[in-house]
Amino acid sequence: MTAGNGAYRVVGTRPVRHDGVDKVTGRARYGVDAHMPGMVWGKVLRSPHARARIRGIDTSRAEASSQVLAVVTGDDFPDPGAGEAEANESGMQSLRYMAERVIARGRVTYEGQVIAAVAAASVHEAEEALSLIDVDYEVLPPVLDVREAMRDDAPVILDDLYTETGGVFDDNPSNIAKHFIFEEGDVEAGYAAADLVMERSYSTAMVHQGYIEPHNALAHWNQDGHLIVESSSQGHFGIRDELATMLEHPKSKIRVLPAEIGGGFGGKTTVYLEPLAAVLSRKIGRPVKMTMNRTEVLIGTGPAPGAFMTVKMGVTNEGKITAVNVDLAFEAGGYPGSAVSAGCLCCIGPFDIENFRVDGYDVIVNKPKSHAYRAPGAPQAEFAVDALIDEICQELDMDPLDFRRLNASKEGDLRVDGTRFHPIGNIETIDAAEATDHWQSELGESTGTKRRGRGVASGYWLNGGGKSSAVARLNGDGTVTLLEGSMDIGGTRTSIAMQLAEFLGIPIEDVDPIVPDTDSIAFTGVTGGSRVTFATGWAAIEAAEDLKDQMVEGLADYWDVPADSVTFEAGVFSQNGTSLSFQEAAAALQEDGLEVVGKATASPDGSGNTFAIHIADVEVDTETGKVEVLRYTALQDAGTAIYPPYVEGQMEGGVSQGVGWALNEEYVYSPEGRMLNASFLDYRMPTSLDLPMIETVIVEVPNPGHPYGVRGVGEVPIVPPLAAMANAISNAIGVRIRDLPASPREVQAAVAASS
Amino acid sequence: MATVHIPTPMREATNGAARVEIEGATVREVVERLEASYPGLGGRLVEDGQLRPGLSAFVDGANVGRRLRTRLQPESELFFVEALGGG
Repeated sequence: MTAGNGAYRVVGTRPVRHDGVDKVTGRARYGVDAHMPGMVWGKVLRSPHARARIRGIDTSRAEASSQVLAVVTGDDFPDPGAGEAEANESGMQSLRYMAERVIARGRVTYEGQVIAAVAAASVHEAEEALSLIDVDYEVLPPVLDVREAMRDDAPVILDDLYTETGGVFDDNPSNIAKHFIFEEGDVEAGYAAADLVMERSYSTAMVHQGYIEPHNALAHWNQDGHLIVESSSQGHFGIRDELATMLEHPKSKIRVLPAEIGGGFGGKTTVYLEPLAAVLSRKIGRPVKMTMNRTEVLIGTGPAPGAFMTVKMGVTNEGKITAVNVDLAFEAGGYPGSAVSAGCLCCIGPFDIENFRVDGYDVIVNKPKSHAYRAPGAPQAEFAVDALIDEICQELDMDPLDFRRLNASKEGDLRVDGTRFHPIGNIETIDAAEATDHWQSELGESTGTKRRGRGVASGYWLNGGGKSSAVARLNGDGTVTLLEGSMDIGGTRTSIAMQLAEFLGIPIEDVDPIVPDTDSIAFTGVTGGSRVTFATGWAAIEAAEDLKDQMVEGLADYWDVPADSVTFEAGVFSQNGTSLSFQEAAAALQEDGLEVVGKATASPDGSGNTFAIHIADVEVDTETGKVEVLRYTALQDAGTAIYPPYVEGQMEGGVSQGVGWALNEEYVYSPEGRMLNASFLDYRMPTSLDLPMIETVIVEVPNPGHPYGVRGVGEVPIVPPLAAMANAISNAIGVRIRDLPASPREVQAAVAASS
Repeated sequence: MATVHIPTPMREATNGAARVEIEGATVREVVERLEASYPGLGGRLVEDGQLRPGLSAFVDGANVGRRLRTRLQPESELFFVEALGGG
């Protein structure tokens, strides 16, 4: 298949979304709505300590309680052994660490880690019974800062963890789980050729995805050994596979039902409650339902890692980058597996640099085990690079868009991993930014303590491919029921259905997309990595092609002509001057008793990288430190925007989350490692009152790796806001902001220090 | 001969060379000949007969995952890339 030419009938239009009515009328079924006859409730006992040895867990008082139906601890789960397993968006993970993250075995590495779980007839009884479990802790001093954790004399949090560098392990245990290195060219020669060399350090805080819907799970372990689980996740196949691994239970005996999801952003690509509910259910023979409250979500799930980063860059007086060093140290949390590797691969993605070295360190600290958050690793890493570039542009007195255009990566240029870029829309996005009304407009005057500034930043994200499945069933009335394996987070039912409708030449209203359970369709990868509209869309196109081929065969028989004399174009089947519309053909084939079901499992590879440019105007009150966002414009290359409102929605959402990351959001800890702001009252996320109307510009440079030119769009818009905001604030107050969040306290302190 | 791009942390095994030319009809054959030419390197790429967990092979720009049986063309470019960890 080749990339389309943009002459589409369905692709690029703005139909009513298929799931819209149910969602706005409250009828959509979310995980928390799940219910089964005989269902009971489970609750979790969590560690109040950030670092401890567990000397013993006494469940006897709880088990003696008439209210308690079952109690589980780590002893109720299979010994995970020493192997590794694929863990959805987290790459390869140690089985032991995966298991301990679900329920502790002998040690605690963060506050909120699960110690035990209880089932009772009501949620209140279950919660009350938690106080009947006695845990004997040997409390240890926590390590809460990434730099502290990397020191040679730091307490070692996991005594069975040895630093790995390129397949070689250090001899002594360490808090550094892994050291990534990527190097090309001659960095020292690059610096020698530079007119200006600048080096700065930056930090970002641990932040949460902030999805509205807390985690939930309903599990029923049937007497016949089948486990049925319903939960809201970003990939029910991944949930099934992780359950199979942790419970040592065959995948064929686990069925996971997808629920609608109230936000995930990467944080719902792994199991938390599902294994606990399953084992409780196995113990008592009844369905067990569990839900988290907001505090549990914040302390017990997987936020994005905090980071400490140092960037050194050499440039000529004309603004050409000659060399760069990037050092990234990410807080993995209580177990290994931060997104630092993706940070390494993305940090200089927008720039063509011949000489570079990127070092990434995955570091254990006594905070929640981090997990994926929208473009995992890229926002932190690209913030550091783009903030330094802003300072360099200021030093060179150079327009930041001109600097980006001069150094822009393009087709054939080297990526950090050593491979080369396919066709990309980086320069086109920069050009589009320059043409915006925003960039061409004056910032407006600063008055008194209200100082105005403008910032610009780049964004780059890799985008994923992987395996996806789709089934297209022809109905007698000419409609098509589309089963697709991807959990729908960002409206992908419609964006996938539109690609099928485009191929078949039928109205989008004639396609009914459904996300079935894991027994009803072949494997489909997680909804993450901005892969779904690309990869599952590709599977839907192949399923449509299969369906069309079967219709051609059936109509050849109906017309009693050779199949190769039947043609198909724009939804019309023809042979020798006779034509049938798609609907007429469906009716004819039904009359003939033919069932037509097209199916495909695709694993496309050419996902196509994507780029963004954001422009932010702010007004900073130097007296209070408050930052007001006056105007914000986001641009990105979508390849081909299948459903433009969803692309715009992703851009607006990414900006909102990125602005929160830049200005306010952070995990605040006591010295003992207890989170002090574990509620949405104290964990400050932006609301609609904090944000202006976000302007969006979709740039379309079709991806030749997809039949309709799709590039993933969901992740890159969270990348630029951190640097765009920091650069804008610095421009406003004349002081560099290098540590995020730029909360009023930090801004006030920066202003005070400068004066 | 295929051009093999050596991951940075493994270049000590190739005396610092970032790229080496190796004959081989499949990724597996190339790995075996890498080990013969640069002792120790094969063991850092392959474990228990499979590409080490966390590594992916890219052949001529296409991600072939851990499939060592992937065939190479005489002028193929072969990369070993650390698989992404999402956090």
